[in-house]
Amino acid sequence: MTAPTGNDAFVEFERVQKSYDGETLVVKDLNLTMPKGEFLTMLGPSGSGKTTCLMMLAGFETATHGDIRLGGTSINNIPPHKRGIGMVFQNYALFPHMTIAENLSFPLEVRKMGKSEREEKVRRALDMVEMGAFGGRRPAQLSGGQQQRIALARALVFEPELVLMDEPLGALDKQLREKMQFEITHLAHRLGITVVYVTHDQTEALTMSDRVAVFNDGVIQQLAPPDVLYEEPANSFVAQFIGENNTLEGEVLEIKDGIAVVKLDDGELIDCKPVNVSKPGERTRVSIRPERVEYNKDRLQEGAHTLKAEVLEFIYMGDIFRTRLRVAGNDEFIIKTRNAPDQVRLQPGQQIEIGWLPEDCRALDA
Amino acid sequence: MTDTTQTGPVLAADGTPLKKSLARALRMQKLRALMLIAPLLLFVLITFLLPIADMLFRSVENNIVSDTLPNTVVALEDWDPNSGEAPGEEVFAALAVDLKAAAEAKTHTKVGTRLNYENPGISSLFRKAGRKVKKWDTEADGPFKEKFLEMDDAWGDIGVWQTIQTYSPKLTNGYFLNSVDLKKGNDGIEVRPENERIYIRLFIRTFIMSLIITGACIVLGYPVAWILANLPSRTANLLMILVLLPFWTSLLVRTSAWKVMLQQQGVINETLVWLGLVADDARLVMINNQFGTIVAMTHILLPFMILPMYSVMQTINPSYLRAAKSLGATNWTAFWRVYFPNSVPGIGAGSILVFILAIGYYITPELVGGTKGVFISNRIAFHISTSLNWGLAAALGTILLAVVLLLYWTYDKIVGIDNVKLG
Ligand SMILES: Nc1ncnc2c1ncn2[C@@H]1O[C@H](COP(=O)(O)OP(=O)(O)O)[C@@H](O)[C@H]1O
Ligand SMILES: [Mg+2]
Repeated sequence: MTAPTGNDAFVEFERVQKSYDGETLVVKDLNLTMPKGEFLTMLGPSGSGKTTCLMMLAGFETATHGDIRLGGTSINNIPPHKRGIGMVFQNYALFPHMTIAENLSFPLEVRKMGKSEREEKVRRALDMVEMGAFGGRRPAQLSGGQQQRIALARALVFEPELVLMDEPLGALDKQLREKMQFEITHLAHRLGITVVYVTHDQTEALTMSDRVAVFNDGVIQQLAPPDVLYEEPANSFVAQFIGENNTLEGEVLEIKDGIAVVKLDDGELIDCKPVNVSKPGERTRVSIRPERVEYNKDRLQEGAHTLKAEVLEFIYMGDIFRTRLRVAGNDEFIIKTRNAPDQVRLQPGQQIEIGWLPEDCRALDA
Repeated sequence: MTDTTQTGPVLAADGTPLKKSLARALRMQKLRALMLIAPLLLFVLITFLLPIADMLFRSVENNIVSDTLPNTVVALEDWDPNSGEAPGEEVFAALAVDLKAAAEAKTHTKVGTRLNYENPGISSLFRKAGRKVKKWDTEADGPFKEKFLEMDDAWGDIGVWQTIQTYSPKLTNGYFLNSVDLKKGNDGIEVRPENERIYIRLFIRTFIMSLIITGACIVLGYPVAWILANLPSRTANLLMILVLLPFWTSLLVRTSAWKVMLQQQGVINETLVWLGLVADDARLVMINNQFGTIVAMTHILLPFMILPMYSVMQTINPSYLRAAKSLGATNWTAFWRVYFPNSVPGIGAGSILVFILAIGYYITPELVGGTKGVFISNRIAFHISTSLNWGLAAALGTILLAVVLLLYWTYDKIVGIDNVKLG
């Protein structure tokens, strides 16, 4: 999770813009620098321009404006087949008329590699994804997960330094997806390759990546390691998009000593950490993570701020309790508590007091 | 759970064996399905299968001789054509009886016509004899051999009697032999003389020209199908209308249009002469020959090639090409190694369609083919409507059908018929 510096940049987007129709910008002023060996994920809702960025990097779309550099040289005018970038497609794009071994051998053949060397590499690539016994089959004879592995092996067999993956696990069921997430990250770290990974699944992004770029509307909202992204969202889009989040709306009264006093819409005053607010009188959305809210008086920490709340719903989820509250006029306030032996189970209708530390409560843009 | 120990058939709720009540339930379903397809089944049976069966039968059927000349056929059985002599009096007597009956029923000319296919001249012999024999008394007027010979020397000709004897069985392979330029001679099957051999040459020409037409359709159709499959669907639909436009005009009109284009005073020649590329007295001959047939038929059959190609290409995922390029393939390699193999089923389907249509085509070769550019179908049509030799037409048609089925089978063996996709 090293922060990139200018001189070891491997992939660079500089002021890149893209428009398909000449009217709207699908990608607006994209700046991104990746060091070698990083696993970077582009995360964002559908239509936010992630695939477009990937396609520009791979060479299948041209940037309308700006510069894309790979290893220090601009690749704007290099055709896709000369870029040497491995790519895993969402539907795998395995060639249906070739066997698995022929699929893997294809990139080596077009590189005019000798037969024995080719066979050796294909064998090693298949072993790497634990599919050694399947070389003679056709793609249609494999399950979705197996096809996924083959697509991965094919993108890696010619040893590219950069691999792009566009929602590669989108078609798999949950269990298989989690398993593949681990396999892909392990493989990427073991081989030391640089990966740009696209997904709209935030859990996937958080568990796999060194850094995550959150996209919305063609703009990177925040580019940070997963823990920073979750704990210190830079704006209310990121706070909403990553993990579960409670928002309370209000107005900034004053900002002093790194503390912002916010007057909530029902008149309540709370202390927050100012993130995106700069002056009194500004509208703000206050963001609090559900697991940072405490209702057990004994556990409330020193300096915690308390508020009145009414229990609306209590959901038993096994490892955690999920309780829906009405707080400061917001009916969708969620808190999560661990299922511990001494934990109180709340009843709907109960009036309680909840509390949190001011640093867990972030005043973001409205 | 007491049931689990029970032996014997499983029973339904009402006590009947489960198998039986299932069968009853399914029978109703099957019956209903059958009733739904029954009208179509009948239609296909009556309008398609029966005519084909009838045609197959006609190509070997030969009842007419033994039906019209029953006594003669029996009497001729003992005659040895290699004896070098015409049959004896009893055969002529039988012939007189048969001919008299036939002449009264006016069927003697038909049998004459039939035998005339095999031995030209017999037709007039029978017509003449029919007229005379009608007046004879078959009981008293003998001996008949002399009377026949007196009427026409040809009745003493061994060849005539040989023909009657050869074609007296109820089934014959004569039509088929004729279709492949053979005939029945004195000592079995023999090749027809050079100037009578036409069918083999016609079959080969039909075959080769159909192949050329199919090839031309592939070459012209593939890029069009590619463009259609890769355009946004709105534009593609518009272009598709242009491809289908020819279907909306009559075949005759389209073929005649080619006449206007290709004839010596036609659009193309006039343009070439005007441009000075061709001298006025050396205008190109592009119609009433094989070239004209190939051009016109390629144009007419092209949609049958484009449509299956297009629908197959539409199913080829565009990400295959991208994947190939990302793996290092140039545009050409990506096309040739990845796209093309996936489009082969469309080419196969289109080729089968075009080739089979071409091999049986009739109108276009008839109109623009002249004498050198006609197909076997034109000969079949001639025998059906002009020479009225339906047996020969049926035999030619049967051979054509067999060739098509054989090709289909070969294609299945080489490429696999599952590999043919119409969409
Ligand atoms: N080939 C294209 N032509 C026109 N518009 C496109 C094309 N590809 C994507 N777009 C538009 O660009 C926007 C971003 O798309 P995309 O990059 O695919 O988003 P994402 O991958 O994040 O879902 C969308 O609004 C989409 O409609
Ligand atoms: Mg996408």
